[in-house]
Order: sequence, then C-alpha cells, then structure tokens
Amino acid sequence: MRELGYRPDALIEVLHTAQEAFGYLDAQALAYVGDRLGVPQSKAYGVATFYSYFTLEPEASHSCVVCTGTACYLDGAGALVSAVAGLLAARGQEAAPDRWLSLEEVRCLGPCSMAPVAVVDHEVHGKLTPPGLVSVVESL
Amino acid sequence: MSAQIGPQVITSRFGLSESWTLRAYLGSGGYEGLRKALTMAPEDVHKATLDSSILGRGGAGFDAGRKWGMLRKAEPVYLVVNGDESEPATFKDHALIEADPHQLIEGALICAYAIRAARVFIYVRGEMALGLERLQSALNEAYEYGAVGANIFGSGFSVDVVAHPGAGAYICGEETALLESLEGKRGYPRIKPPYYPAAIGLYGAPTVVNNVETLSNLPFVVRNGSEAFHALGEGASRGTKMMALSGHVRRPGNYELTFADVTFRELIYDPALGGGVREDRALKAFIPGGVSAPWFGPQHLDIPLANEKIAEAGSMAGSGAVTVMDETACAVRAAWRISRFFHRESCGQCTPCREGSGWVDKVMRRIEDGNGREADLDLLMDICDNISPGVRWPPAQTTICVLGPSIPSSVASGIRMFKDEFLEHIRLGGCPFPPDRLRASLAHA
Repeated sequence: MRELGYRPDALIEVLHTAQEAFGYLDAQALAYVGDRLGVPQSKAYGVATFYSYFTLEPEASHSCVVCTGTACYLDGAGALVSAVAGLLAARGQEAAPDRWLSLEEVRCLGPCSMAPVAVVDHEVHGKLTPPGLVSVVESL
Repeated sequence: MSAQIGPQVITSRFGLSESWTLRAYLGSGGYEGLRKALTMAPEDVHKATLDSSILGRGGAGFDAGRKWGMLRKAEPVYLVVNGDESEPATFKDHALIEADPHQLIEGALICAYAIRAARVFIYVRGEMALGLERLQSALNEAYEYGAVGANIFGSGFSVDVVAHPGAGAYICGEETALLESLEGKRGYPRIKPPYYPAAIGLYGAPTVVNNVETLSNLPFVVRNGSEAFHALGEGASRGTKMMALSGHVRRPGNYELTFADVTFRELIYDPALGGGVREDRALKAFIPGGVSAPWFGPQHLDIPLANEKIAEAGSMAGSGAVTVMDETACAVRAAWRISRFFHRESCGQCTPCREGSGWVDKVMRRIEDGNGREADLDLLMDICDNISPGVRWPPAQTTICVLGPSIPSSVASGIRMFKDEFLEHIRLGGCPFPPDRLRASLAHA
C-alpha cells in the first residue's frame, strides 16, 4: 500500500496483493485495506465480490479449474467435470471443510484452441480427456 | 484448395525463438516504426493511421484514426490499451501479448506520440498470467533500452507505460467499465452520453481506448507506410485480421488473414487453416464473430472475411472468433451455455440485462433438461424482444452498454435455425444428443 501511495484508486492492486499473501480476503483484510486507503468497507466488499478473481473463503490445498466456455463445452468439458467430481466423491472429500481439492468451473480461460482446457494448481492443461485429467489430479 | 496466407502484419514474429524478448524483437525490425514516428510530426502519424483506415479490432470495428481525432482538447490525455479479452472462444490478443509484447508496446507508444498521451495503461485480463509476466518483462527491457520513459530515443518525447492486471470480469472489456476498473472501482459501464471516452475518459480526462490487435498494427503502418497497409483487403476492411478458430475443426488456432481474401469455407476447410470439420462430420453451424454474434449455417460458408460482407449477411465480424459446431453439437445446449455466460457476467446495473439474462438462462436450461413446454419458444423470443426490441441485427439497445443486446443473438439464432431441435427436446422430454451434462450440483458455475 505504501508503494502505491495509499491511493483509493489502488484498491484492486492492493486486494490482488492481499489475496496473494493470505490466499483469500476475509472481513478483517477487507476492513484493514479499506481503512488504510480511505475507501468505505462496503466499497471494498463490493469490489472484492464483483471480480471473480477475488475469493472471500479459504482455498483448498489444490485447485482444479475446468473451463466450460463455448469451445471447451463443445469439446467435452462436462465429461471432465464429471470425472473429477467422481474422483472427489470416491475419496469422500467433496464437502470437507479443509478440502484437499477444489473443483471449479469457469466460463472461459482463453486458450480455446487447446480445448478442452483445465488449470490444475495454476498450470494449464489442454486437449484433455477425462482419464488424462484424473491422472493429473491424482498425481498432486 | 489452398488459401494464400497473406503478408503477415502482426504475427510475423510468431514462431521465432523467444519472440517475446527484446533481442528477438530488435533482430526483426523492432522499434524502427517508433524511431521513424518520432522523426515525424504527431499530426503526420495520426494522418498515416487515418489513411490506412484501421478499423478497431476489439469487436465494434470503429476507425482508430477517427477515434483519435475525437479527443477533446484538454490535458492530460491518456491512452488505455484494452487487453481484457474475456469472451468465450476469443483468444487473439492473448497470443499477441504472449508472443510479441514489444510489438504491442511499440504500437502503443506510436499512438501515445500521435495523441500526445501523458500516460499509457495496458489493461490485461488477470487470467493471462504468462502474458502479464512477458509484458512486464518486455516493459522493463523497453525502459532500459530507452524506448519507454523519459526522452524516448533522445527525441524529447516522454511517456510512461503501466501494465494493469484485471481481476476477472468480462464486462471490463466494455471501454467505460474498463476505465472504472482502472480507477479501482467495480466495472460498471458508464452512462452515455458522453458517448466516447475521447470526451471524458479516465479520471475525467480525454482518453483513447484501443484494442491490443489494433495497436499491434501500428509499427507496420509507420514502417511501411499507410499505402502498404491500405493495399491489403478491400472496401472498409483493410489490413489483416487475426481469426481465432475453435470448436469442431481439425486445426483450431489463430490465423492472421488478409481481409476479404478468404471465405469462411476456406478458413474452416483449407488444409493450411482449419483443416476441415473433425472426423469429416457435417457442419451444422458456426459463430462468425464471438458469442454475441448471430450464428451462420452452411449456406453462409462462401461469405468472405470482411466486416461489411458479414454485416450484410446479418451477423458481425466482431472480434474474429469463429466457433464451429458439427452435426453432433446440440444447438439448445450451445445457446444455453452462451446465455448462461452473459447471465453470469452481466454487471447488474440495467434490469433488461440483469433479469432478462437470468430468465433466458433458466428457460433454456429447462428445455435442455427436458422440462420445457412448447410455449417456451415464444416466451424466449418475448424476453429477447424485451432485452433488445425487434431481436434484429444490428440489435436495438435498452441498456447502458452492449452486453444486454448481445444476449438474444445466440438464443434467437438457435430458435430460428433449429426450431425442430428445440421442439424435439420438448417432445422427448430430454436432449437427443450425446450426454455431456454437468452434474446438477456443479451447474451453478
């Protein structure tokens, strides 16, 4: 925040940094950031919930993000999601609070020529098959 | 049949080893355009852009030179580069930023010089981690090389360039929402008028917002002259266009093609381009210009890739994202996923878009799930009509920005082209196509 001069318009950059440091943005982090930048807490919360990059809850230890954009959807993203969901169900960790893996769908990741695409722990995997994705996830 | 892959204007360095580094860039004519521009008067650089008639490559196709000419006379002036490419199936800027970030920086600096910008902001989609990393390291290299910052190449012209990561919101591709986001706020599109950020833009100052691909053309224009650029293409569509091809084709990917030189048939079937529909299946439909564009069918394959030709046929060239669906694709499911995207990405300011997109999403979903009724087709068209009266193309607008009017395109296309398929879903009480359904608990995404 010091680097950015405590400017209220640096809110998004600061939230980026806070999330990188803590993994997620809790009420305390939002209140602190808002206070130091002179931004009402409601606005900090508004911005944090508007952008899908920010998360207000702790993350699982690993993440698997499956793209369900148009190109990936046509190329079988649904089967990828079902395969990983099946794996989670088999391990009985679907709803555990300190989860091993979070499974998430997003609307488009961008590398559509590699469809279907998933991002496992920030690494992009393209032209996936359900067994292929399951073996990536299992190797975590 | 083999299409001519025209002179490469913006992808000439794709495939060079470490094409994103300054060394590779300088080895292939890099920053010559900027050096030349700095010896010209800013007005002459602007004139060269006007003469080459570069239409904006972000989707709307607005003449870049004209846009610069609309700047209100006030100081400071800002240049904002729109690299928030987030539409499903659009991935051209992504490639340009990753493979050739210096070309973008050089293009932005040429524009900044022509409009005498006080600062350049490059807004890059937050998900493009590699692109952001390469852009930032290219910026560092460019600063060190003297191409950015104070007294560029000893010309007396100074400008700073800042890369700004987005945080995941499609709506921030809308230029006024992008400006709001740059100011640290929610990405709410601004109420018009003022219609253009050229009058009131970033922090209230006159601002030019240009797309990544648009600016990436400028080094070529300045280096080779506007005639060389204008000689490519025909009519209003000049130069080349990055076509992002995806879906059921053998060779999906980005292809830079001279405007009006190639038809959709060539793009999809030429062995050097799309290579044909996968497994030689029949083509069912294709989306010619991003998910906001009305769909085309096999009868439209011979339309050339030129903005006005595609517009005459009732759709748009848009961002250049072509998605191909073969005969195994379910039109209802495809249209449902597109309407779901718009529903999730609607910023929520305007009722027709916020409520309409959710309603369309729900009705489409129930048809796909086999719970639809015949009256749903009229209901869908009626909702679409309320979002964008007439459900025509180009669409009428009831909302602050064009996200709202983009919602009806895919649904209306689906119903108009594949009405029988919708009715079959309703009659059968389910989807007749192979299942690829998302589990109910996960379908919220």
